[in-house]
Amino acid sequence: MGKAILEMKGINKSFGNVSVLKDVDFTLQEGEVHALVGGNGAGKSTLMKIMTGVYSLDSGEIYINGERKNIQNTKDAKENGIAMIFQELSLVPTMTIAENIFLGEEITKTGFRDVSAMNKRAKEILNDLGIFINPELKVNQLSVGMSQMIEIAKAISKNARILVLDEPTASLSDSETVQLFRIIRQLKENGVSMVYISHRMNEILSISDAVTILRDGKKIITDNIENLDLDKIISHLVGGEASQKKFEWVEREYDANKDLILKVKNLKISDKIQNISFELQKGEILGIAGLMGSGRTEILETLFGIRKKLGGTIELLGKEININSSQDAIRYGFALIPEDRRRQGLVLGHSVKSNAILPYLRNLLIGKTYLISEKASNELANDDIKRLNIKTDSIHKRINLLSGGNQQKVVIAKWLNMNPKIMMLDEPTAGVDIGAKTEIIEIIRKFADEGKGVIFVSSELTELLSVCDRIITIFDGRITGSILRKNINSEEELQNAIQRSE
Amino acid sequence: MQSKEVSKSRLFFGSIEWSKYMVYIVFVIMFALFSIVLGNKGFLTQNNLINILRQTAMISIMAVAGTFVIASGQIDLTVGAVAAMSAMIVSLVLQKTNSIPLALVSVLALGIGSGLVNGILVTKFRIPPFLVTMGMMSVIRGSAMWITNTAAVPIKNMTFNKIFGIGDVGGVPVLILWTILFYIVGVILFNKTPFGRHTLAVGGNEVSAGYSGIKIDKIKIIVFLMSGAFAAFAGILYAGRMQAGRFSFGEGDEMSVIAAVVLGGTSMSGGTGSVVGALVGSILMGVINNALILAGLSTAQQTIVKGAIIIVAVVLSNLAQKQKR
Repeated sequence: MGKAILEMKGINKSFGNVSVLKDVDFTLQEGEVHALVGGNGAGKSTLMKIMTGVYSLDSGEIYINGERKNIQNTKDAKENGIAMIFQELSLVPTMTIAENIFLGEEITKTGFRDVSAMNKRAKEILNDLGIFINPELKVNQLSVGMSQMIEIAKAISKNARILVLDEPTASLSDSETVQLFRIIRQLKENGVSMVYISHRMNEILSISDAVTILRDGKKIITDNIENLDLDKIISHLVGGEASQKKFEWVEREYDANKDLILKVKNLKISDKIQNISFELQKGEILGIAGLMGSGRTEILETLFGIRKKLGGTIELLGKEININSSQDAIRYGFALIPEDRRRQGLVLGHSVKSNAILPYLRNLLIGKTYLISEKASNELANDDIKRLNIKTDSIHKRINLLSGGNQQKVVIAKWLNMNPKIMMLDEPTAGVDIGAKTEIIEIIRKFADEGKGVIFVSSELTELLSVCDRIITIFDGRITGSILRKNINSEEELQNAIQRSE
Repeated sequence: MQSKEVSKSRLFFGSIEWSKYMVYIVFVIMFALFSIVLGNKGFLTQNNLINILRQTAMISIMAVAGTFVIASGQIDLTVGAVAAMSAMIVSLVLQKTNSIPLALVSVLALGIGSGLVNGILVTKFRIPPFLVTMGMMSVIRGSAMWITNTAAVPIKNMTFNKIFGIGDVGGVPVLILWTILFYIVGVILFNKTPFGRHTLAVGGNEVSAGYSGIKIDKIKIIVFLMSGAFAAFAGILYAGRMQAGRFSFGEGDEMSVIAAVVLGGTSMSGGTGSVVGALVGSILMGVINNALILAGLSTAQQTIVKGAIIIVAVVLSNLAQKQKR
């Protein structure tokens, strides 16, 4: 291992009065793959955004090849050979591979684009990486995995010496992952250094040379991979007491022999996600734990009729039902608090009231007419903000002016109004402050106490552990276990369970 | 602390939705301006003002449905052509049978039929509404020319002409009464019914509307049906007012309708809208038209100035919207 290509020393960053990074040191050696590991909110992306010039640092120093550098914006980062490969790809889908690689820096001959020269050069760049594909193909004809590799090639063609890969395998198939790893190894040989962000420990163990673990904005440890294994990483990641204090698990009155409210049998959603079977009892809060891309969201969306199931049965209160649309699901008493609140949960340009009553309008009509009662709507919306303690000046305020937590409470209110039998929540506390988080968890408990069913999906294991009665684990589209909460002694156990395929 | 104060003052201005009221402000300014400049040329006479309202009735009525179309994030370019085709059918049916009910039913079938085709092409075949309705506009306008080989068809049924064009009730022209009727229906439908709210939700965030259990395709199809039916009715009024059917009626109306709706505070990208605003937008354009004629501008000059005024008004309302953010 050679010299340090990049050093970050004593990095501090806060947003408002929330300190996100506290005196973090990070050193990247030339030609190494350095995994950056940490839970949600540990500060991984903030650190990388400082490195790539998206955020500016509050204090600290950055050295590249031993030279002090001032990275103020993404252009500075590029000039220093730092590139980030994004989760959402930034290629133009309707242009060819070669056109994308040379976008903005087209090779010209007497002022016109020299297409054949660009194709030839693109082919060389790709071949160097061991990618053998016709550079004249359009990007929209490529798989996600191939597009990602093209993006890497593009960065390399611009002389990037440091690449940041953020969850690069989240949407890749197994064979694509293998290919990506081959390219990563090739890049390493060419002397490119990489920061590899992932939640998937088996990938980290197989591809990286060194690991840095962040927790609550602090660096916990940096070590060579030879000195680490899955258990060690997890114990650093979870770190004993600090994280467990956040949410206390309260054992709920929970009768394991209650009637079933939902029974899902052999549900098939895609070739990857199949054989999904589980049961939900009245009054039960069931957690689904799994990595991003493991199929958690797809299961909820299928139960809610947004996705078509390819096989299997769904039984509600002992009767088999057929869900073909979200209208069907709503009629049967399902509610879904979707993963992406801003895109799927709310109409951001509309008021708190409009959002809260949207699915409920037909129940707010005046007598037998088709006219909405303004009085009933206002009463309902006012009732909602009181009941769920939604902080807003009035029900007429535009919802995008509310904080994340209050927005999410409006989404929950909107579905509580429908009086559902089963509430499904997908990452309900993402981007929600700690106070609102606690309140949301309280709302969920209360809902379950009324004898209704809850399915709770979250990436935050502390949260799953604090709210669920039982947790099923899912890995790459298959259910790998079902554990009662009271039998889980630590976050490590759960973390272990979701990282393994058996 | 400082940032809190800034956001407070922003909230104060933000709570007034300028883009919604811009059309009223512009209207008052324009009206005052024309009253001063063109007062001696008869701008303010009762006759002239009523004339403006009569002339804008068709655009106004199509703009009611246009508000629904644009608020739901769609666009309908067929309205002018549907109005022309409708006028042709009305006059032909009256010529052959002299039956007003039959004429109305055939025209309604035309409007709903063309709206249905638009709606199905947009929702089931996933073709962008701009392309669908641009193609349909040509098909329908062409049919209106073809049906009589571009010849005009006079309407001799004076009952029809009085009810749908030149008559009046107690001195108020029927065209104005029809406009008022359509606006009452439109305002209630838009503001007071689940359908109206669903239309706005679809335009505001289609994905979220789908997750809320709204039948997105159904809403879009109904909106296109409505647009077709309202345009067909506008065609009836054209026929009644001119006492004839002519293929060239309503040429360019699709653009006037869009301009009226957008001037009225409905966002081109959907999600917000005002039916009353569309009426004011439509009358505003009528007023501008009228004023330019009174001022003695040539047709060429009128066209230029009209375009410029529309751009300025939309820029103003956009600025107001930006300030809000």
